[in-house]
Amino acid sequence: MSDAVNVSGSLRARLSLTLIGSAAAIAVLLFFVVRTYAAQIAQSGQDNILEASVTSILDAATLRDGDVAVDFPYVAFSMLNTEADDRVFYAIWQDETLLSGYELLPVADAPGGGDIVHVSAQFDGAPVRIATAARILVGANARNRVTVSVAQTQDALAGTLNKISRNVGLIGAGFFALSVLVASWATNTAIRPLERLTHSITRRGPKDLSPVARPVPSEMAPLVTSLNSFMARLDTSLKQSEDFIAEAAHRVRTPLATVRSHAEATLQRVEREDNRQALRSMVRAIDESSRAAGQLLDHAMITFRADHLETEPLDLVDLVEDLVTRLTPVAEMKDIALTVISSGKVSVEADSILLQNALSNLVENALKYAPEESEITLEVFDVPRPRVEVRDEGPGFPPDQMHELAARFSRGENAKDTIGSGLGLTIAQDVATAHGGELTLTNLSEGGACVTFLL
Amino acid sequence: MKFLLVEDNIELANAVSARLQLDGHVIDHADKIEDAMAFMQTGEYDLILLDIMLPDGDGRTFLKHHRSGKNDTPVIVLTARSQVSDRISLLDLGADDYMTKPFDHEELQARCRAVLRRNAGHAQSITELGGVSLDPVAGRLSIGARAVTLRNRELRLLELLINAPGQIFSKAKLADRLFSYDEDVSENAIEVYIGRLRKHLEPSELRITTLRGLGYRLDHE
Repeated sequence: MSDAVNVSGSLRARLSLTLIGSAAAIAVLLFFVVRTYAAQIAQSGQDNILEASVTSILDAATLRDGDVAVDFPYVAFSMLNTEADDRVFYAIWQDETLLSGYELLPVADAPGGGDIVHVSAQFDGAPVRIATAARILVGANARNRVTVSVAQTQDALAGTLNKISRNVGLIGAGFFALSVLVASWATNTAIRPLERLTHSITRRGPKDLSPVARPVPSEMAPLVTSLNSFMARLDTSLKQSEDFIAEAAHRVRTPLATVRSHAEATLQRVEREDNRQALRSMVRAIDESSRAAGQLLDHAMITFRADHLETEPLDLVDLVEDLVTRLTPVAEMKDIALTVISSGKVSVEADSILLQNALSNLVENALKYAPEESEITLEVFDVPRPRVEVRDEGPGFPPDQMHELAARFSRGENAKDTIGSGLGLTIAQDVATAHGGELTLTNLSEGGACVTFLL
Repeated sequence: MKFLLVEDNIELANAVSARLQLDGHVIDHADKIEDAMAFMQTGEYDLILLDIMLPDGDGRTFLKHHRSGKNDTPVIVLTARSQVSDRISLLDLGADDYMTKPFDHEELQARCRAVLRRNAGHAQSITELGGVSLDPVAGRLSIGARAVTLRNRELRLLELLINAPGQIFSKAKLADRLFSYDEDVSENAIEVYIGRLRKHLEPSELRITTLRGLGYRLDHE
């Protein structure tokens, strides 16, 4: 009955992956943006100080008798002190001649107006930031270009940047963790109405085809609407087929009953033996066809119901006693006594209609094969497991066929003279199996058959 | 006994009526619920045989109405529907028993007796003949102060004979009434039951006479 659904992906996984993936992307992006911005700010801080230093040195440069003289202001270097004890390099050029400082310090090509040019470079084995500015000093008979470069290593800056990176990293990770939580909460909230709908449909009884009444989110409304209309159509068609079967059975069984009644009545009046024989076989054929039809229909119903057991708590002894009351008139016709043996209630959880059908098939079987004026005993046991034993004083089962007996349509050989389609044992076995039990056939040592219906 | 048969199929109703009349019962036939209710108001019945599918409604409607009216006439439902789906609800609605069509008349009679026995004190269709009184419902045979309970086949055999004293019944005819059609019965089996009945009837004025080659007859001395 339950065909595997063709599953492709999971809404929950898709939703969580999308949410968590975007959160991760945002966290990484955030990390890089903040770090880059922080690096820019830190760099511009260093640049400002270097600029001030270069400017103060340039300001101190004067032209004396055609020579450039620089009185280093103390502040020009002291302002460059850092926690990390970064090293400072400088170079002062007059035109192409080094006046003071490190000759190898890379010099940027600065315009003459005093504008500062910043470059990053490698010097003395460390990354440095260099600020360079040039100024034209005009003397009485000369124009001299003074270029000043001040460089500083970037240890403090790198330290600051590392600190900022670590903090931004932590914030990013925190943001990510929070996003995962929010994503799973959002996913659950979004999926929950779907799960509730599934639950409410799964919990239904097999016959409940009423529309879904529980409120659902608007996105699910079209699905539920089509589900409801589908169930309504199913309900209608089930009812139609039930009505059809009932009507068909009525149409077939009623004329059969007419024929049977006429045959029986005629049998009372007819004297000739060959006519009587014909009437008897007519009645037998009617009985056989109607019982076969009935058992086939029952078997189909039971196969359907076995997939959707409607169990309820019930007393097995009660059920057996009701059954015996119902079958006593039939038993009396052969002067057979139906006896129930039990000791108190036997509570079971079972589908009462199926159980009744199975047990009545077993008793009807016993009634068919038991000799007249004999006894059929139904004993109900509680331990170790609830079970009913149906024992008769008939011929018993043919020993070599016992395992095949419960198979569909097979009938024991010594049952030749008795009407029956042979589905009775199959029905009983199917019902036992559906309840997690089993049907066992044995022959009693003192003669007679014993069928054990274990729940 | 007096039966009310509620059945819309005229053919079946006629057949069932004919068969029941053969056993000396009186049958009124209604082919719809409306008529059945009218019959119930004017007549007293020992038993109602009720079909479920009727032209003017469901037989269960009649059952409900019947039970709410505090009427305790037993009802046996004749249904053509599947057992598994219908059985329980019929009994829940107050039917005393049910039979699936087509049904065995001997079984119908057995069920009628069982139902009447459960509703004890209702139908008293005791037959009296030659100092013998037979209560078919209880299966009790009384001769003067002595009473015995007959086995089912003894009862049915005596019922046949006592309702038609002086009539000859062939062994084959008796066998058809006593045994179901799917049993292989030797006519000797009839002799066993005749023998038993003779023993029961010994203290009375009734005798079962064997007519060689013809059958048996109940005679009143």
